[in-house]
Amino acid sequence: MSDSYAVKARGLVKRYGSTIALDGIDLEIPTGTATAVLGPNGAGKTTAVRILTTLAEADEGEATVAGFDVRTQGTEVRRRIGLAAQDATVDPLLTGRENLIMLGELHQLGRREAATRAAELLAEFSLIDAADRIASGYSGGMRRRLDLGATLVARPEVLFLDEPTTGLDPRARTELWSVLDTLVDHGATLLLTTQYLEEAERLADDIIVIDRGRIIARGDARKLKREVGGDHVHAVVVEPAHVPEASAILAAITGAEPRIDAAARSIIAPTSQGVAALVTVAQAFTEAQIPVDDLSLRQPTLDEVFLTITGSMPDINDDRSPEEATL
Amino acid sequence: MTATATSTVPVTAAAARQDAPGTRVHPPRGVLHDTWVIARRGLVHMKRQPEQLSDATIQPIMFVLLFAYVFGGAIDVPGGGNYREFLMGGIFAQTIVFTAFGVALSLANDRKNQAVDRFRSLPIAKGAVLGGHAIANLIKSLLPIALMSICGLAIGWRIRAGVPDAVGGFLLLIGFAFAMIWVGVLLGSLVATPEGVTGIAFVALFPITFVASTFVPTETMPGVLRTIAEWNPVTTLADAVRVQFGNPNTPTAPGDPWSIAHPMAYTIIWIVGVVVVCAPLAVRAYQRSIDK
Repeated sequence: MSDSYAVKARGLVKRYGSTIALDGIDLEIPTGTATAVLGPNGAGKTTAVRILTTLAEADEGEATVAGFDVRTQGTEVRRRIGLAAQDATVDPLLTGRENLIMLGELHQLGRREAATRAAELLAEFSLIDAADRIASGYSGGMRRRLDLGATLVARPEVLFLDEPTTGLDPRARTELWSVLDTLVDHGATLLLTTQYLEEAERLADDIIVIDRGRIIARGDARKLKREVGGDHVHAVVVEPAHVPEASAILAAITGAEPRIDAAARSIIAPTSQGVAALVTVAQAFTEAQIPVDDLSLRQPTLDEVFLTITGSMPDINDDRSPEEATL
Repeated sequence: MTATATSTVPVTAAAARQDAPGTRVHPPRGVLHDTWVIARRGLVHMKRQPEQLSDATIQPIMFVLLFAYVFGGAIDVPGGGNYREFLMGGIFAQTIVFTAFGVALSLANDRKNQAVDRFRSLPIAKGAVLGGHAIANLIKSLLPIALMSICGLAIGWRIRAGVPDAVGGFLLLIGFAFAMIWVGVLLGSLVATPEGVTGIAFVALFPITFVASTFVPTETMPGVLRTIAEWNPVTTLADAVRVQFGNPNTPTAPGDPWSIAHPMAYTIIWIVGVVVVCAPLAVRAYQRSIDK
């Protein structure tokens, strides 16, 4: 099948009891590209991945992965995908090498071929020294790397990574990003889920924002940022009394209505001028003699994306993951 | 911020390089291959968990020695005969019943460690995961049988029957283990956690193996308990094995229930019954437990 889309889905709906995890999702991921599915906890990211990797069945809608129907051609799909689930699923009682060999064999590689491939992956993911140690002794970052290596054992056409950096410290996350960069550069189709806009932008060509089981925005990072107003100037003044004046300065320079958090003495406003806006604001504050604790230019957070797109903050306490859905 | 941007993992392009991803989709090697890969994993697990290894090695030997030397002197085998020889059939039977526990524990651990999802995302033959667990646990049960046989030989137990009878005895044990696998699958699928499995095994499997002719003749038990023991398939399994091995066994009397008079037939009926009833239920429960 000469399909130019590695993943195609139409109208995916999944309910857990009376909870709707997915409420009609359409996806089209061109072969050889990287797509990030961005959303808060319980948005339906994991459910979508589980359906596309044949772990769960959609109640409605249809999907193909690598040209095969996930519902009726599950085995064909599984032969062509790699999945790194949210919690690293390496076998804690096997060594790193044994983990990779076993998965290679279960991917129908021969014993010797599996061993060769395992050695390659251990080397490439910097696990040589730990290769013959039991995985339960690995650090979080090492386990993640092993898990990623495991998904590559059979050189899959489509890779699914469900929140690959969740639970990692910043250093391990940065390390992992460079690993994922390399992956993306070398031709596999990648679908990853994340809660971090920064991560999505760094790793993916296209970003799909989902909330409450629906797609609420899609496009490349630039388009998405245009929609949410691009960079933000963020100022924290020293004196609470200066907040109104500082806010007026920001409004004048950015031409947008700043959001104010009086308690934190923080003022934030979207800008399209980039660093230039920061310089102008700094000068204006100096002239007005407003001392600041912090003045920075930063990217919109996921919360701000949601605020802009939906007009409401994501309900972070409403974790609608399937396990929690009791209704 | 920029300080953390330097990566300390020198990942070269080669690992990630998808030398034409997907151009080499590997043909399936079949259910036996996949089953054996999973079974080997189960055996490595046993090796790496000292407590499981001791369950399969030290514990059975301890039981043999404990009953042979500590309790044995106080227990009379009706109809005469050496208690140590009476004991072995019972201990074999008890070990085989605990196959169910091993299977249940493996399944619960897999769910806990998310191995279930990993396996389900692989192109594995249908039934290989369950089959692999079954085979690994069958081996885990047969290993102690071999060890205890050696231990038994050392303390004076002998197989006093002909080879065909003895083989029949061992086959009956393996058959019973096969039935217990399905009980284990059912248990492991219905109980949420490994801890729960351990708890249930303790309160359910232990009494079943003790209210039986495993260690003492059923004659000495009071009223109801004796009736339960007489119809308990663990009793008939132990008795049938004793008969097959030519070891001392309680002589049957005219008033005995049918189960005691025909231990082999009664045990086989149980094996068939358990498989016919439990296997479909177990497979369905297992599917439901992994289909979250």
